[in-house]
Amino acid sequence: MDGITKLNCRYGDDKDFAGCSIFGMMNLQGKCFSSEDPVKAISNMHERGNGLGGGFAVYGLYPEHIDDYAFHIMYLSREAKKKTDKLLNESFEVLEDEELPTKEANVLDPPKVWRYFVQPNIRKLKNKSADDYVLEKVMRINTETGKAFVFSSGKNMGVFKGVGFPEDIAEFFCLDEYKGYIWVCHGRFPTNTPGWWGGAHPFNILDWTVVHNGELSSYGINRRYLEMYGYKCTMQTDTEVLAYAFDLLMRRQKLPINIVSKVLAPPLWEEIANIESEQARILRTLRQTYGSLLMNGPFSVVVAHHGEMIGLTDRLKLRPLSAGTRGDYLYLSSEESAIRLVSPILDKSWNPRGGEPVVGRLKTSKVVEVPAK
Amino acid sequence: MKSYLSSEYVVHRDHERCIRCKVCVNQCTYETHYYDPEDDKVYSRDINCTNCQRCVVFCPTNAITITKNPNAYKENENWTQEAIVSIKKQAETGGVILTGMGCDKPHFTFWDRLVLNASQVTNPSIDPLREPMEIRTYLGSKPDRLELKNSDGDVLLMTELAPQLCLETPIMFSALSYGAVSLNVHESLARAATEFGTFFNTGEGGLDPRLYKYGDHTIVQVASGRFGVHPQYLDVGAAIEIKIGQGAKPGIGGHLPGEKVTEDISQTRMIPIGTDALSPAPQHDIYSIEDLRQLIYALKEATDYSKPISVKIAAVHNVAAIASGMVRAGADIIALDGVRGATGAAPRVIRDNVGIPIEFAIASVDQRLREEGIRNRASIVAAGGFRSSADVVKAIALGADAVYIATAALVAIGCTVCQKCYIGKCPWGIATTDPWISKRINPKIASKRLVNLLQAWSSEIKEMMGGMGINAIESLRGNRLHLRGVGLTEAECRILGVKMAGE
Repeated sequence: MDGITKLNCRYGDDKDFAGCSIFGMMNLQGKCFSSEDPVKAISNMHERGNGLGGGFAVYGLYPEHIDDYAFHIMYLSREAKKKTDKLLNESFEVLEDEELPTKEANVLDPPKVWRYFVQPNIRKLKNKSADDYVLEKVMRINTETGKAFVFSSGKNMGVFKGVGFPEDIAEFFCLDEYKGYIWVCHGRFPTNTPGWWGGAHPFNILDWTVVHNGELSSYGINRRYLEMYGYKCTMQTDTEVLAYAFDLLMRRQKLPINIVSKVLAPPLWEEIANIESEQARILRTLRQTYGSLLMNGPFSVVVAHHGEMIGLTDRLKLRPLSAGTRGDYLYLSSEESAIRLVSPILDKSWNPRGGEPVVGRLKTSKVVEVPAK
Repeated sequence: MKSYLSSEYVVHRDHERCIRCKVCVNQCTYETHYYDPEDDKVYSRDINCTNCQRCVVFCPTNAITITKNPNAYKENENWTQEAIVSIKKQAETGGVILTGMGCDKPHFTFWDRLVLNASQVTNPSIDPLREPMEIRTYLGSKPDRLELKNSDGDVLLMTELAPQLCLETPIMFSALSYGAVSLNVHESLARAATEFGTFFNTGEGGLDPRLYKYGDHTIVQVASGRFGVHPQYLDVGAAIEIKIGQGAKPGIGGHLPGEKVTEDISQTRMIPIGTDALSPAPQHDIYSIEDLRQLIYALKEATDYSKPISVKIAAVHNVAAIASGMVRAGADIIALDGVRGATGAAPRVIRDNVGIPIEFAIASVDQRLREEGIRNRASIVAAGGFRSSADVVKAIALGADAVYIATAALVAIGCTVCQKCYIGKCPWGIATTDPWISKRINPKIASKRLVNLLQAWSSEIKEMMGGMGINAIESLRGNRLHLRGVGLTEAECRILGVKMAGE
């Protein structure tokens, strides 16, 4: 490691070798663990970010409020909070609300972030499911209040994110005080969209979160397709559509992950032609029906919801993803080095193929690895 | 009455080069050229010339040049040559000015004011010569969602998809009716569509039984005249298209003059030889949206729900609302024909003044169907003046599933867009049923030229997609973020759903 600090560029070290970094860590038995390992791992990929975004999603976060929706909401103006509070009080029974505890850290212009525990107002629910009701209200807060954005809206989980390196964000939000059985982490190098607090990853809707490395060339149509189903994209970044796509396909339409992965990263027509007939019919029908949700362009993602953590890349694997298991732990990471840092010895370590999901499920110590053809 | 009109073109012949082979005399069906044995020279009657360039191409010594007649009226931006000539013609004949092909005015083309995107740095562009690049397209109704069942670890698909057309390229050949064009042209289109894996549209004149073998790649049209419509015809096509309107002449019907109704045409169209084939302006069993629904379902019943039903309309002011009604009436495919759409014959005032540009029609229909949550229930096929693969890519990015081309296909087999199709004596052998002239189209050669065109445009589409970092056409479809406007007003950008360049 000698010479690692040596600068070759005599005009100052401004070189940037970067791309986003993603990291996911799950205890398959549901045992909650601290932020120590996840923060250490994502910080190890410091070079992949540029300090314009970092964030964490933590599952198993609020066991004392296990049945309440936990909202983390960011406010860019007082007016926005007033409007949002009004909307929340009209639509929900607000059980608790407080500002998220923070401390001094190297972050840029932090906004106010509030935490609410709420229950849907039963009288207004009518025949909607509670989840759909919450979804609709989240879309309203994001679009109607001007400067309020919902970071997360699931139960017993929460998203902490902002502008800064992930380790700084972790410090700012005092993450050392929290525990969870899934940690999903992100370090950002924003490309097409500005570095702002709402645009940091993870993206969340209900208990679905996504962290993403890459750029979706298909964003324009992904977004327009999801708009048909009531999702409104407000975060000025392509990753948002992934969270909504998972919510639509897995929660609302109840498709299993091995099918959803074939929607987001479908096999080529040529490959479908070589598969036995019934399987080919399914794959063909999926592409015909959900073609607008094909995620085109380079991506690797870690997606989580209660009970599951999923890693997936685009079908050509234009972005990295590495996986490893040790005991009850599943690790997913942009770089294997980050996994090895927190768990030098692994039972198994591999690089999933393009378009093939890795799925960790709670209470099944077996990691589902869709086999390569 | 003495005509005050002069010839539009002047034919120049280099008598030094001319070898008196009389190819031009034989090739010109308008009798422009004649041989004078006394002088042993070939001369021309300029007034007959349409500048179709047939003689120029076939002259073995390149002796012929055709120019615009330099004798012109005093320049006037308002009283153009076309305006003055039209009035004089009408004063001499009392007739409607006919024309062929699509609108030739520049002010309707918005494709040239839209530019495409390409990946730089943050996203790799893809080289279609080295990486897979998929442009296969399925047309037909898609469900909102799929029902799947899990049985013993196997996933079972419970939803059955409505019938679909599978296109290996998002380009089809648009309607050219048998009678307006000859059997040879139909056969060329049918063979090329079959070879490339796309579709040709019969137009409203039925299908000659000799072409039934290409039925799997044929869309059979049912129009207001019902020419050639019978059970076997409906059965043989891969899809059926109800023609309500045509971009070149929205609101009016067709007129095939009796001279073009030869024996074969009369058999196929099921009308007597030599009679005019008049298509009424409306379909007389469709005076409302409910009536359209009845015809759609009558055709679905007649074919046992085995094929998609397309409904083609001219793009007019209220196109978005009309299209929404068509989808709700059961159409599986919406075909939109814009103001630049072509024709074999139409009154010029109609062609050049009625209807809206296809760009706006695609944008507003796609957006409207999405707002109503029914976009997946029908595919959108756009037609009307597509000149290049770039136009096609832009149409798909705006929201079309596929496009229809007709003029481009005819240009590929010889047409020079001289706009005289309505005369019925096309020297290129296309817009004619004269057996002597139509022999000029050899289906084997013409279909090869058509396949080459599809091949070339498909390659270009793949190049453009690869540049954008997209490797499947479904990610381009309706993806308006890959378009930017140049020289458009804010209102135009809003309706097209695109940002301005630089935004």
